[in-house]
Amino acid sequence: MTDPTTATPVPGNGHRGTSLLIKDNRTRRRNAAERRFRIYGIIAISIAMLALAGLLSSVLINGSSAFRQTFITMDIYLDPAKLDKNGNRNIEEIAKVSTFGYAPLIRSAFEKVFEEDNIGVAGLTPKDAAELISPEGAAQLRRYVLAHPGQIGENVTFSFLAGGRIDGYYKGRVTMASAKLDSNVSPAQLELADQLKEAGVLRTKFNWGFLTNADASENRPEAAGLGVAILGSLYMMMVVLVLALPIGVAASIYLEEFAPRNRWTDIIEVNIANLAAVPSIVFGILGLAIFINFAGLPKSAPIVGGLVLTLMTLPTIIIATRASLKAVPPSIRSAALGVGASRMQTVFHHVLPLALPGILTGAIIGLAQALGETAPLLLIGMVAFVREFPAAPPEGLFDPASALPVQIYNWTQRADPAFVERAQGAIITLLVFLLIMNTVAIILRRRFERRW
Amino acid sequence: MEDMYHMDSAMSTQQDAKISARGVNVFYGDKHAIKDVSVEIADKTVTAFIGPSGCGKSTFLRCINRMNDTIDIARVTGTILIDGEDISDPRVDPVQLRAKVGMVFQKPNPFPKSIYDNVAYGPKIHGLARNKSDLDDIVERALRRGAIWDEVKDRLSEPGTGLSGGQQQRLCIARAVATEPEILLMDEPCSALDPIATAQIEELIDELRQSYSVVIVTHSMQQAARVSQKTAFFHLGNMVEYDTTDKIFTNPEDPRTESYISGRIG
Repeated sequence: MTDPTTATPVPGNGHRGTSLLIKDNRTRRRNAAERRFRIYGIIAISIAMLALAGLLSSVLINGSSAFRQTFITMDIYLDPAKLDKNGNRNIEEIAKVSTFGYAPLIRSAFEKVFEEDNIGVAGLTPKDAAELISPEGAAQLRRYVLAHPGQIGENVTFSFLAGGRIDGYYKGRVTMASAKLDSNVSPAQLELADQLKEAGVLRTKFNWGFLTNADASENRPEAAGLGVAILGSLYMMMVVLVLALPIGVAASIYLEEFAPRNRWTDIIEVNIANLAAVPSIVFGILGLAIFINFAGLPKSAPIVGGLVLTLMTLPTIIIATRASLKAVPPSIRSAALGVGASRMQTVFHHVLPLALPGILTGAIIGLAQALGETAPLLLIGMVAFVREFPAAPPEGLFDPASALPVQIYNWTQRADPAFVERAQGAIITLLVFLLIMNTVAIILRRRFERRW
Repeated sequence: MEDMYHMDSAMSTQQDAKISARGVNVFYGDKHAIKDVSVEIADKTVTAFIGPSGCGKSTFLRCINRMNDTIDIARVTGTILIDGEDISDPRVDPVQLRAKVGMVFQKPNPFPKSIYDNVAYGPKIHGLARNKSDLDDIVERALRRGAIWDEVKDRLSEPGTGLSGGQQQRLCIARAVATEPEILLMDEPCSALDPIATAQIEELIDELRQSYSVVIVTHSMQQAARVSQKTAFFHLGNMVEYDTTDKIFTNPEDPRTESYISGRIG
């Protein structure tokens, strides 16, 4: 880019006596340069917007289907002959019936549907039909019966998850052609699914389970949810908030307002800046070495993840807090000191309230960064497959849990194509959380912002 | 309060100088900003420091309430006595000193709080009020002394930053007098104000002379001539001349003072 002003000046009084209505060469070139620069800017912004739009639309198109799921609603006769052979409703004896023992109930429910609604595909046995329902269905039945043993012998309406392939059929992932080659599903089963849909037995509806269920195994993607991951992320954010905010703010107030300027504070300052640039995986190794191997904290626990993320977030919070403390005009400090306030009174009565919006924004941005962090969590074992929900805090902080970004990583590793949509759905969830946090940051800033 | 007033005046007649500086030097890092300044400042007078920019008059002013302590690289030597007590004595707490020596700054700097809170802050942290109505009285008295009461009495809860520049500066003066100081330091209090606001502040300074020893730094020689009884001329960190204002402006002894007054330097 050339700046016309650096060109050799026109000798003499070049502009003297010329008309203002006619642009001279110099003006024309200057205007052209400005126009070019504007065009570059617009191009740059357009590229950025396109990239963002592409990213968001790809995620939304692929991921939004994770929030809808195919369910099959059926009346199940909880047959006492199968569930409670002795008829004494002893919960321990009922518990001895495994999920395999519940499969026949679903099969007979299908038999009933075939008879009553005149549905059926030639050559498809009720056993084949029962495969339309996720293996999770039998487990769901068993959980229900164990919770309500009094219902044995009655008809209860259940809404079962359809199997991953059936669900995929209604999301365009599975076709009749692909079903022919697929050992997990047959075209006849898809045909039956279509008939069930017409009869109103099979329906697609909003999938709360995606947000509340725990992760599920490789062969039942339809049951996999983000519950444990969301809880784990929440616990970690709690740990980060409780530790990083007070430590970070206290450290920055001391460094900015009280510490003498000398070689030591210079070294500390440089190192905080360096720490902010340390790759996050290094913090993971540090966490593994210190918190797990040395301190003996449990693996995969939100407390360890939270501690590691605290270390990672501290520099961000310290830098943001120091910047907002620096932005408070020195005249406010002079004014407070001038009326005889001590340094601490000056800071806490006058400087800190003015710096608060900046501090909060920095803290929330730090938290958002921590929320999306994956690498360090992989090293401390949070990538494990966790089915159990962690308990309520504080004990729950030591239970194994997953985290949102790790769950995304985890799902992208799975073979079943149904997990692609799950991973994209998890990305949407993560982005929504980040969006909420950023909105809160903006609202807080607007709210507390005061002019001076 | 009346009693204290008499006691103060009794003391000051006894030893005549309210502030007495002896051999004060200030260094900012390597820079020698104030060179061996000695001066005696009387009670109940307005003393003006004049001189060209960067001559050290503000720096010297900031020594009197130890505001230079808050700057890391500043180093002050020599002694400054207030009522015969050395303010750099390790037993002196700068916070207590600054309650006794109020300061008004170049740029009006009210706290971004209500007008009431601006004035009440000093008395609150120094525990001058026993209860709310006591504090109300103090605030009203201070605002009256700052000659701004009539303008703000109906909107005490509005932010002090919403006032005009001249009103803000008078609010800052009210804030400074609210802690009942004995000395009032003013660092170019009118430099950011228009002529009308300046006239109001100057009138106020003249009134404040009744109860305080006022030290004012100013760029404007006319202002010094208008408000002060004594004037000190600073040049390149030295105090060149110190005498009654009349003498300085009509018959200066030092040729540098004369050339500054007549507009040849500065």
